[in-house]
Amino acid sequence: MQAFEYANPSTLQEALSLLGNRWGEVDVLAGGTDLLPLMKDEIHTPRRVVNIKNVKELGGIQSTKAGLRIGAAVTLEELLQSALVRKTYPALADAARGIASPQIRNMGTVGGDLCQRPRCWYFRNGFGLLARDAGGQALVPGGENQYHAILGNSGPAYFVSASLLGPALIAYNATVKLASASGSRDVPVEKFFVTPQNDSSREIALLPNEIVTGIVIPSAVTRSATYEVRQRQALDWPLAAASVVLRMKGATVAGARVVLGHVAPTPWVSEEAAQALAGKAINEETATEAGKAALAGATPLSQNAYKVQLARVAVKRALLQAARGRA
Amino acid sequence: MPDYSWPPKAKRKVMGRRMDRLDGPEKASGRAKYSSDVQRPGMLYAAILTSPHAHARVTSLDTAEAERSPGVTAVEVVSGPGTEIQWAGTEIVAVAAATEDQARDALRKIKVQYEVLPHFVKDEDLNKAGSRARAAGEQVTGDPDQAFKQADVVHEGYYGIPVITHCTLESHGGIMEWQGDQVAHWASTQALTGIRSDISTSLKVPVGNVTVHQDHMGGGFGSKFAADRWGVAAAQLSKKSGGRPVRVFLDRATELQIGGVRPSAYAKVRLAARKDGTILGWESQSWASGGVGGGGRPPIPYVYTNIPNQRQTHQAVSINAQGARAWRAPNHQQACYITQAAMDDLAAKLNMDPLELFKKNADVTARAAVYRQQLDKAAELIEWKKRWHPRGQSGPGTVKRGLGLAVHTWGGAGHASQCRCNIHADGSVEVELASQDIGTGTRTIIAQTAAETLGLPVGAIKVKIGDTAFPPSGTSGGSTTVGGVSSSTRKATMNALAKLFESVADSIGAPAEQLEAVEGRIQVKGAPAKGLAWKAACQKLGVKTITEMGENNPKQPGGLNTGGVGGAQIADVSVDTETGLVTINKIVAVQDCGLIINPKTAESQCYGGMIMAGVCGALFEERVMDEQTGRVLNADMEFYKLAGIGDIGQLVVHLNMEPEHDQRGVVGLGEPPSIATITAIANAVTNAIGVRVTNVPLTPARVLAALEGRTA
Repeated sequence: MQAFEYANPSTLQEALSLLGNRWGEVDVLAGGTDLLPLMKDEIHTPRRVVNIKNVKELGGIQSTKAGLRIGAAVTLEELLQSALVRKTYPALADAARGIASPQIRNMGTVGGDLCQRPRCWYFRNGFGLLARDAGGQALVPGGENQYHAILGNSGPAYFVSASLLGPALIAYNATVKLASASGSRDVPVEKFFVTPQNDSSREIALLPNEIVTGIVIPSAVTRSATYEVRQRQALDWPLAAASVVLRMKGATVAGARVVLGHVAPTPWVSEEAAQALAGKAINEETATEAGKAALAGATPLSQNAYKVQLARVAVKRALLQAARGRA
Repeated sequence: MPDYSWPPKAKRKVMGRRMDRLDGPEKASGRAKYSSDVQRPGMLYAAILTSPHAHARVTSLDTAEAERSPGVTAVEVVSGPGTEIQWAGTEIVAVAAATEDQARDALRKIKVQYEVLPHFVKDEDLNKAGSRARAAGEQVTGDPDQAFKQADVVHEGYYGIPVITHCTLESHGGIMEWQGDQVAHWASTQALTGIRSDISTSLKVPVGNVTVHQDHMGGGFGSKFAADRWGVAAAQLSKKSGGRPVRVFLDRATELQIGGVRPSAYAKVRLAARKDGTILGWESQSWASGGVGGGGRPPIPYVYTNIPNQRQTHQAVSINAQGARAWRAPNHQQACYITQAAMDDLAAKLNMDPLELFKKNADVTARAAVYRQQLDKAAELIEWKKRWHPRGQSGPGTVKRGLGLAVHTWGGAGHASQCRCNIHADGSVEVELASQDIGTGTRTIIAQTAAETLGLPVGAIKVKIGDTAFPPSGTSGGSTTVGGVSSSTRKATMNALAKLFESVADSIGAPAEQLEAVEGRIQVKGAPAKGLAWKAACQKLGVKTITEMGENNPKQPGGLNTGGVGGAQIADVSVDTETGLVTINKIVAVQDCGLIINPKTAESQCYGGMIMAGVCGALFEERVMDEQTGRVLNADMEFYKLAGIGDIGQLVVHLNMEPEHDQRGVVGLGEPPSIATITAIANAVTNAIGVRVTNVPLTPARVLAALEGRTA
């Protein structure tokens, strides 16, 4: 880890005044579950680290007129323990529950989940966000790509978005609230994740002088669930995940949001799956068809065809789980 | 010479008891000081610059700026200009500084230039190996051609098991303090006595000037025998820093790149059999790699060694990766998997229950009766008769369940060991050995052995190990420790007791040879009322201390220890055929292990072996090399996957403790139960889903590919 200046603001204004204008200069520290390893591996070498854990405005979960507001510094465990979240937004609770390490749930935050960097092992080994060799050649297509993208992977990015909450938040049409010293703005979570075009840009729409302050999830009567395929019961990243939100009209689907995780450089909204479900009852057959529809356009790399099957199953099982409702 | 033989089982009071580890509370509460916890006055921290290239030549090196960096006391070049680097992670320069951060800051100021050379890092595809594969020659037994001609059934299969690392909980390293002509080392080692010689040789310091200390260490599994390049560099840094202690411990990423690996093994196998399941012939073309030196021939056919007609070829594949080190039962997991996955497939081809096939062919093993009995016991514990189904006939539903079995063998006779026993006039007893407790419970079983011999409670024995000031004892490798230290302890304590008997014979009024030590008393055999309490007896020593030695000579163990064991394991798994995820329901292990000093720590060895080498190796562990960059891509604990508690399933251990086992003497147990588990799990998965997943670990990618008839 390289030496850095440590700032410990207690107000949002103060925190915002400490940010930089270019990526790489300043990093924001919340739970640190991703930032500290990045710094130890010298993937991030900020000259300043701004701790936001003491900024009160960033905490708390409240019901508001616009929906449920979740502060960016709310921990994943707080999220999971919230009766309101568990009852009304089960897809979000499922995603938080899947983070099978109490230590990470206790330290990691909602804002941190959205802003964490990809787990791509070429990136983590210092070959850059787009994983290229010294000659600029992309390493992933001809390399070890078993954990990489099967959708949206025509380049230049091949990693999968690491966010675990992103797919559920997108399925709920949530908005992320961003603030900078000059003001604040709201961005749909769906637009928050972007596919970077070069190594110096980011995989999120946040600007270097901004902080995520919170999330707002509109209230609606829906059925929802997240299903993740993980190899280990112990802490592990999903191999594929799906969050679904269903608006039901009687026994049939009036509207569906199907969002896949860990299959593309961003959470992947599948309009195809939503269309396949419209007007249908959810059963094994329709859920299977939706899974197939969601992956119809998949373009697996040399080692990750299996993820197509896993993603189909994730969609199917998330739909069946949502339709069954909470156990 | 006294009769050192173990007391009969019925008479043992301390040995054979399920005792908690003596150091358990210390370890569980964090009070135990591992060598990586040790802080020495004035201690410096070493950091090591490593090569990012898998194959390169160092052309120039400039450390001037690093030497001037704040806090830096010394710089030691490990791989100077001209050195050919054979794997990424190779140590180039070590730096000592007042803090770890300062040492790492200094590393960034070192300028190294490399001439990058072509590398080769993938070992599975033999067609790509070219000149990197070296043939080890053909071995033929009997008449394999004739056997395959006569066979009713021939099974052909391919099996692969990859390179994995040791991934010890405590990383590799230690503290080196080289002051004047004296070297002190706080080690994380499996070989306290051995590493002393290694340091002496490496540093050209007389062995008597080297001391090694280690109270606790966090796992070695075969990877921690030597001082290693980082240890030698730390010693040089200490010397250059005026003798200040230098701490070096590899970080996890480096540890996973250079701390040692288990070699891979791949094989194309053919088995010839009669309709009734009798195996007539074996043919294999195997290859393996543990690194730049290639990889040894796994001992195949494994356990079923005496298949009458065999032909084998083997090729050692050299890759640009760190060299292999002994890995808990070296080459046995590989050999077991290649042999017994093939036998399981043969059974399926014959429409035969594999339990019957494994038992039927037991005559070509070294211990037919043992394996038949163990297989029956394991089958009983898992309810094989009731629950086994022919391959693939698990029934409807997406989750399929299956059973699979495997057997193994190991040596485990005691190593050379010397022990000193002191009995003081205040009644206190010390047992001293330059041995090490590598986490197995060595302290505890030494105390049990001494307490048994001296007729005292375990708490009355002070066990002193982990220091080369004590008499030399062997390396903890090959499951040799328990046999070695229990035998030397038995002899030393008996010799000391004989001296005590001599000292008190007159006071008690009976000849020394008629005395016995029982329940805290020295008393006359057959007349227990006539005697002295232990403390009163020791008081008779006056100003004397009894100091006696005992030695285990592996060539003459005198019945106290022996080697050669068998074991059988059966796994019960469920496989989600939609996701390829494997869940372990239960694994049973039946293990032969001679006289058991502590059934609890013995069972712990089985659990540990089944989890570490079995569940992890079967489902998760694999080092991922990248041919483009030559690097290990998963040198971290995120993608170098190990099992967590929720992944393990139920483990059932049945130790063979019948009189015929007990009479054999003590046998080591660290390795045997770690061997068969991978194969049992893999065979269970095959039984569940109906097709062989040829390569472990059994990842969703591989399981789904096998189900779809693809290669992953």
